[in-house]
Amino acid sequence: MSAHGEAVAPRAEGIGRPTSSRRAKDIGFRLGLLACLGLAILLLGVLLVDVVTDGVDRLSWDFITSFASINADQAGIEAALTGTLWLMAVCAAFIIPVGVATAIYLEEYADNTKWYNRLIEVNIQNLAAVPSIVYGILGLAFLVRGPLSLGPVILAGGLTLGLLVLPVVIIAGREAIRAVPPSIREGSMALGATQWQTIWRQVLPAAVPGIATGVILSLSRAIGETAPLIVVGAATFVAFNPEGLDSNFTAMPIQIFDWISRPSNDVNDYRPLAAAGILLLMILLVAMNSVAIWLRNRYEQKW
Amino acid sequence: MQGSAGAEASGRPEISLRAARPRYGEKLIKGLLVLAAFISIATTTGIVLSLIEETIQFFGEVSVADFLFGTEWAPLFNPPSFGVLPLVSGTLIIAAIAMLVATPLGLGAAIYLSEYARPGVRKTIKPILELLAGVPTVVFGYFALTFFTPEILQALFGNRIQIFNALAAGIIVGFLVIPTVASISEDAMSAVPASLREGAFGLGGAKLQVTLRVVFPAALSGIVASLVLAMSRAVGETMVVLIAGGQRPQWGLKVGESMENMPAFIAATGKGDIATGSTAYKTVFAVGMLLFVITLVMNLLSIRFVRKYRQVYE
Repeated sequence: MSAHGEAVAPRAEGIGRPTSSRRAKDIGFRLGLLACLGLAILLLGVLLVDVVTDGVDRLSWDFITSFASINADQAGIEAALTGTLWLMAVCAAFIIPVGVATAIYLEEYADNTKWYNRLIEVNIQNLAAVPSIVYGILGLAFLVRGPLSLGPVILAGGLTLGLLVLPVVIIAGREAIRAVPPSIREGSMALGATQWQTIWRQVLPAAVPGIATGVILSLSRAIGETAPLIVVGAATFVAFNPEGLDSNFTAMPIQIFDWISRPSNDVNDYRPLAAAGILLLMILLVAMNSVAIWLRNRYEQKW
Repeated sequence: MQGSAGAEASGRPEISLRAARPRYGEKLIKGLLVLAAFISIATTTGIVLSLIEETIQFFGEVSVADFLFGTEWAPLFNPPSFGVLPLVSGTLIIAAIAMLVATPLGLGAAIYLSEYARPGVRKTIKPILELLAGVPTVVFGYFALTFFTPEILQALFGNRIQIFNALAAGIIVGFLVIPTVASISEDAMSAVPASLREGAFGLGGAKLQVTLRVVFPAALSGIVASLVLAMSRAVGETMVVLIAGGQRPQWGLKVGESMENMPAFIAATGKGDIATGSTAYKTVFAVGMLLFVITLVMNLLSIRFVRKYRQVYE
């Protein structure tokens, strides 16, 4: 649409012969807009450079394969890394079936004129914007204590993160399903397939790249979440890898937060540790996002 | 078989449009899908239930007026004091600073991307903004504490800025919500039909006039939605404020000093080791309830505004 507008602009200027003050204003405005964008990107750049210069010396194989230690020189992130991987596995196992099923229901079955379907929709939009710390309270009151009383374990942490990013998966899944043209469904139904056969054999396979992209982006949001895990009770000093769903755990952002909040002195400087942890987390994030972008470009279908 | 009587009467075979078999499997699957959709409703219900029980118990011990209008927040002191206003003011001041940063920068970026940028430029810049949105908040907290406060704020303003301060937290939260403002506003402006722009150009409008007087007002409900949603995110932001804001509630406007917002208090107090049933444990839920209600109102407003612009142009 903007391309269209630009194509028209020169002609309009040719007719109207803009005054020089109007042109100056136009250029000034344009520069102002660029400055806004530039400032946001500059901050991101400075942040990345800062983290890399602080942490790159500390990031090594030893760092990845060592456990927590009060001795800053010997501390590593292994327990947090494995904890995060466990959490992501639980989270994925929860959000993929539930998120996709909800998206299918809302796109393929739900009658939009019914109040309860509209309620589900508004509810999901609201859940997407509920502060993450509130999910932590939910996890604490329902999963860790209260009805389920799981304790501060992998399963409780993973499910809390799953509930947190579920709306993102649902919204992405709905968009992917909506992008499959109705003609595909009609063709399938006309050949005698039932509604579910149509969805399972035609719609879902066509929507898988979009859904997968949404799932990866949700996981990359979950992987960096700190606040809900603090409330759920992730431990900060863990010297073992989780052994199962009922194991206590720590996670990378929790470990990073712990290093940031420890007072550093000449003997033990925890700041490079925090920066190295951030670097590792960012590397994981960039890898996940690259896969998502690759999926989107490789399998995106234009109908 | 069902239509056989009619077929004989009219002389041509009548085909039943009913399913030949009842297909219980299809119904079962639909039931399972409904169940999955119900999980999101259950989540909201769970949030409200988990908050309300302890909140009611909390108000059995502390009066509502003391909570809402008291100006001293010291739940763990002896004697304790439960005035939530310092947390509320901290939350609002930090969110206001954030919006002072995010509104111009986010809207500027959105206008540039929607109205000025060539498609190639858009294609490279949008992933960068997505990257900004994808940086974990704990990383922004680290950056605010170890770089932004000492290297920029203290370099500019000197000793008036303490190492833990609300200003750095607010500004960094502002940068964190720029992508929220930019992406929704850009969507709304892109949804304004080209014919409106063409009409304005046809009347001799310059690019600047068309953008500010035609496109911007036409997309206003979407833009308002993006700002309200960004505000809601800024109100609910935990980690940056927890790390860079210090953990000391302040009833005042000294942005160069430590402040605490509601989410940061919850995180600082709600670590898994507090005893269930203690008053400190209950404050977490009472403050959480207040936070949930405030963000709920903002989210519903934002959803309403988004629906408005969708209805007009889509």
